[in-house]
Amino acid sequence: MLKDITLGQYFPGDSPVHRMDPRMKLILTIAYIVGVFLVSDLLGYALALAFLYLVVRVAGLPFGYLVRGVKPLRFILVFTFLLNLFFFPGTTPILSLGFFTLTREALQKAVFFALRLVFLVMGTSVLTLTTSPMQLTDGLERLMRPLTRFHFPAHELAMMMTIALRFIPLLLEETDKIQKAQMARGADFESGNLLMRAKAMVPLLVPLFVSAFRRANDLAMAMEARCYRGGEHRTRLRELKYTRLDALAAAATACFLLVIFAEGRFLG
Amino acid sequence: MADQENRIVATDLCYAYPEAAANAVDGVRMRVKRGEFLAILGHNGSGKSTLAKLLNALYVPTRGSVLVCGLDTRDDELVFDIRQHAGMVFQNPDNQIVATVVEEDVAFGLENNGVPPAQIRERIDEALRAVNMTDFAKKAPHMLSGGQKQRVAIAGIIAMRPDVLILDESTAMLDPSGRREVMQTVHRLNEEEGISVVLITHYMSEAATADYVLVMDEGKIALTGTPREVFSQVERVRALGLDVPPMTDLAHTLRAQGVPIAPDVLTVDEMVEEICRLSLKT
Repeated sequence: MLKDITLGQYFPGDSPVHRMDPRMKLILTIAYIVGVFLVSDLLGYALALAFLYLVVRVAGLPFGYLVRGVKPLRFILVFTFLLNLFFFPGTTPILSLGFFTLTREALQKAVFFALRLVFLVMGTSVLTLTTSPMQLTDGLERLMRPLTRFHFPAHELAMMMTIALRFIPLLLEETDKIQKAQMARGADFESGNLLMRAKAMVPLLVPLFVSAFRRANDLAMAMEARCYRGGEHRTRLRELKYTRLDALAAAATACFLLVIFAEGRFLG
Repeated sequence: MADQENRIVATDLCYAYPEAAANAVDGVRMRVKRGEFLAILGHNGSGKSTLAKLLNALYVPTRGSVLVCGLDTRDDELVFDIRQHAGMVFQNPDNQIVATVVEEDVAFGLENNGVPPAQIRERIDEALRAVNMTDFAKKAPHMLSGGQKQRVAIAGIIAMRPDVLILDESTAMLDPSGRREVMQTVHRLNEEEGISVVLITHYMSEAATADYVLVMDEGKIALTGTPREVFSQVERVRALGLDVPPMTDLAHTLRAQGVPIAPDVLTVDEMVEEICRLSLKT
């Protein structure tokens, strides 16, 4: 049951967006998010949506996937929306209900803030949907490499991410196994109040942790036996290379940023 | 330097775990030649796994020395060279695969040694072909069976082109078919590529296929010789807490009943031959 959980949300494919260098995708995603945060009117959001839609079409992703990605955020969205609506100081009242006055500025602020969040999530979803976790860690490692000069552990972080990705399915499977074993001995994970249920997790978590440490020990030994000695002098099977595709995508994103900027400046 | 034919030479090898009173490995002398297949047997805690880890510098001897292809494991500078010469496959198939894709994992050792990317590609393909896992190159390790995972682990070692392959109970957690897969692969690599094999195992049937057998007891070598020489000493082997291969056991029982059968039968085929020979005589 736990085994069926898909990791990340990679949507395999062979579109130009899939083939792009993960580093470029990371950079452009950040650029896009910055662009969205510069937007200050509805036309700007329409442009941002149009650009996103274009990318999604090129990537061959079903648009519903992106919308689904926003779903877990609905509580935060409603919460920030209401917070802004009630507490943002505005001057132009449009509705008055007793002690509460809804102002034009507050409404605008609330809507825009929610939109920003939605675009933030959808923008990053395009990245994670079109980039395998392995590529993503590779890209992150390369991008962070200049920071190693300031003793930033770029390689170690990427290695940790890779190992975590490798062992998550294993530990899930193991959790499932331990859970069944404890249930077979009469453990009850489902009834009782929150505190009781939390307490019932102890016989599950202790063996899981013990086993995780043992695995870590084994893995360290195996890595050492295969000459692992940190990031120095290490080569990679797949070298990352920028191609014309990346230049094209960068140009398109630059155009988008320019349009957004111009729109905010002259029409807004 | 030592002569070319010796892959591993251990002299007066001792190792004690920190804060342990007794030596886990105590005065072992052994030698593995090029293309040789050595099986190490012993009950739990006899020091056979410790011995394995001494052979590729995971542990450094507290006394005595190990030379791997002429390189001394006590020399810190040589550690990575030694591990490239003597590759090790461990017991748990899940805990020794690092990457989330099979071919990336095979590449791991090569990447660590700074092999150029074009060559890595070539050697991965070669290694996966050698263990018959080419079709699984892009698969995620957790989707494979135990035997397949162990073959991937072997490929990861073979890609480094080692001279010695050490298997530390690598078949212990596998089902019979997975065990057969792995043993066939190991034998093929031994015969075709001339890679020396040090096989640490609990299974007498696996040890019976080796060139030499070494039986450990309390850190010392208790018995050594060809499988035939070792297993024909049925009482002695049993006293060391080990079984003998089923056919040897049968021959032993038959001899006890007065049947004049050879005491050193190892396999079913040999048993069949032996019985035919006897029935012709009578």
